Amino acid sequence: MAAAGLPEGPGRSAEELRYYTASQWELVWWRLCRHRAAMAGAFVLALFALLGIFADFVAPYGGTSRDRDYIYGPPQIPRFWDDKGFSFRPFVYALKTERDPVTLRKIAKIDTDTRRYISFFVAGEPYRLFGLVPANTHLFGVEEGRIHLFGTDDLGRDVFSRLMFATGVSLSIGVLGVLLAEGLALVIGGIAGYFGGWIDYAIQRLTEVVRVIPVIPLYMGLAAAFPREWSNIQVYFAMTIILGLVGWPTLARRLRSHLLAQRNEDYVLAARLAGASSAWIIRKHMLPSFTSYIIVDVVISFPYVILSETALSFIGLGLRPPTISWGILLQEAQNVRAIEQAPWLFLPALFVIVAVLAFTVLGDGLRDAADPYAVRKS
Amino acid sequence: MLRFVVQRAVGMVVTMFFVSIMVFAIMELPPGDYADRYAFRKFSGTGVSVTESDIASIRRQFGLDRPAWQRYLSWIGGIVTRFDFGPSFAFETSANRVIGQRAGLTVVLLVGTLLLTYLLSIPIGIYAALRRQSLADYGLTVVSYLGLAIPNFMLALILLYVSVRYFGSTIGGLFSPEFEKAPWSWAKFVDLLRHLFVPAVVLAWSATALQLQTVRATMSDELNKLYVDAARARGLPEWKVIVKYPARLAINPVVSTIGFDVNRIFSELPIVALVLSLPELGELLIKSFLDLDMYVAGAILLMLTAIIVFMNFVSDVVLAFLDPRIKLEGG
Repeated sequence: MAAAGLPEGPGRSAEELRYYTASQWELVWWRLCRHRAAMAGAFVLALFALLGIFADFVAPYGGTSRDRDYIYGPPQIPRFWDDKGFSFRPFVYALKTERDPVTLRKIAKIDTDTRRYISFFVAGEPYRLFGLVPANTHLFGVEEGRIHLFGTDDLGRDVFSRLMFATGVSLSIGVLGVLLAEGLALVIGGIAGYFGGWIDYAIQRLTEVVRVIPVIPLYMGLAAAFPREWSNIQVYFAMTIILGLVGWPTLARRLRSHLLAQRNEDYVLAARLAGASSAWIIRKHMLPSFTSYIIVDVVISFPYVILSETALSFIGLGLRPPTISWGILLQEAQNVRAIEQAPWLFLPALFVIVAVLAFTVLGDGLRDAADPYAVRKS
Repeated sequence: MLRFVVQRAVGMVVTMFFVSIMVFAIMELPPGDYADRYAFRKFSGTGVSVTESDIASIRRQFGLDRPAWQRYLSWIGGIVTRFDFGPSFAFETSANRVIGQRAGLTVVLLVGTLLLTYLLSIPIGIYAALRRQSLADYGLTVVSYLGLAIPNFMLALILLYVSVRYFGSTIGGLFSPEFEKAPWSWAKFVDLLRHLFVPAVVLAWSATALQLQTVRATMSDELNKLYVDAARARGLPEWKVIVKYPARLAINPVVSTIGFDVNRIFSELPIVALVLSLPELGELLIKSFLDLDMYVAGAILLMLTAIIVFMNFVSDVVLAFLDPRIKLEGG
């Protein structure tokens, strides 16, 4: 390994040359590609992002569209064969409505005699893609009746469709919240670390106070202040703002200590002696030394923001229906009776867990890849 | 040593002062003030029409017409001198009475959770470091990943579901129905412990996952140091080598993050308590925020933070005892 660190003589292969001439980002990218868990995480997140962005298209039904004949309906699992033989096209069974002989309530019965074949790119409920382009094509659906891959909730709404919309909303809130938090952290931590002195002291006290108050209760306090008459859009943006406001201190603190340490490094002194201005030194010399660090931190803080949003919406202080987010979907699974009756309402939890895991492994992989002192594995 | 303790104690008071300002600001945030909400709550549905002047008189009665800094002073003054956290309109009594019943349970839960966390994470973390790359080590890594990924309230929901589904009883609440009204007895005490065990496990779950990683990492670092070889070379029995030197050091990072753990637990407590319907402070905090019962909310926020700040202080002092080098650096 030590030998690989120094080029020796002219007999170097093309591959070695490529390694020695690669830029920092190329090196990081190569190392990341070798990290299988991180790549899996990245893949899952990309998939989630696509599902969220194209939720209107992927979801067979609208987020609030109801199927009155199939309330608390269990998931319909697509099949390829049954006792009547094999079919290349997956199908689900049709439903028929019967009356419960005792309570006389309408109940949905699975009709194993009728197959409903799943078709792709079917025309369904109209929607506007990205809120602009009118369309009515959905990724999949059935020609007759309805299909509920993940079952339905207490109002007969399709859980799968709602989950797609929720994925988009929750991830986008996460992205906005994290970006805001990082932006604040960069400015505040940068000011504290560069100027030092009493400014640094005051900012340190402030971060300490924000950090010492338990996070979720602090969020709740800020979220409780939303006026009841606010529209859903207002609540959405207010949520991202408070997620950002509470999220910055951790990074600001680390950034500050990093800046303070770097300030006394020889290369900064050298730049200063060469006559560079403060802004130039920060931008050209100091910032590149921790861009990789900032990126890693962004990825690592995602799960906290997403979990916070989920938790807040779950207790009714965050987003409000009819907005659909992971937390709001889980609200329906809040009491035991509901879960007992309809365990599939818990499926959104699986999405949350997978997303958080994916962010965590990707963050770990990025951290390893971005570490400039990691020895080249040959 | 005494100087160090005093210094930290003063720092604690200063932090609490800033925290109290922040909490007061949060209490002031929601639109409308206490008088509006009081009037709305008391007279809505009674047919009494409330005029602007009625609200103004209520406002005067509670001293809400004064500027914010005066209100802050009388609020914090009441807390410091009389331990009076102000009124609670949702329960039509004082905030103290609403909170008093629940504070004890919260502290019991906190202590139980912390004990469980450390009893699990320290020995297991040390064990994992001794058996690196073994099956047990990989298993623990997976478990701790999951511990960070599964939000605690979901774990609580899952446990609730399992208990209802397979054991036919709920683990929510404090007592089983048959003990609810019963006088205190040994059986009732055991029943209480059984109900507290589940929230403690749920709350300890992610804290344990995090601490396990820390202990394992520190322990692995220490095991490779020369003094361990030196101790072995002198013929000390293996258990003594481990317990007396590296294990002692592996506990330090755990001690230094006690405040962080308490913060984490309090952060998750409200929602877990809501799911498991435990009558403690966190659950009350959610209720009071939903009702905008801000004096109660402020009091709880202040109390929880005070406990965290105090635990930070304790961890600083304990750490100074455990590792004298820190005192020298910290000044």
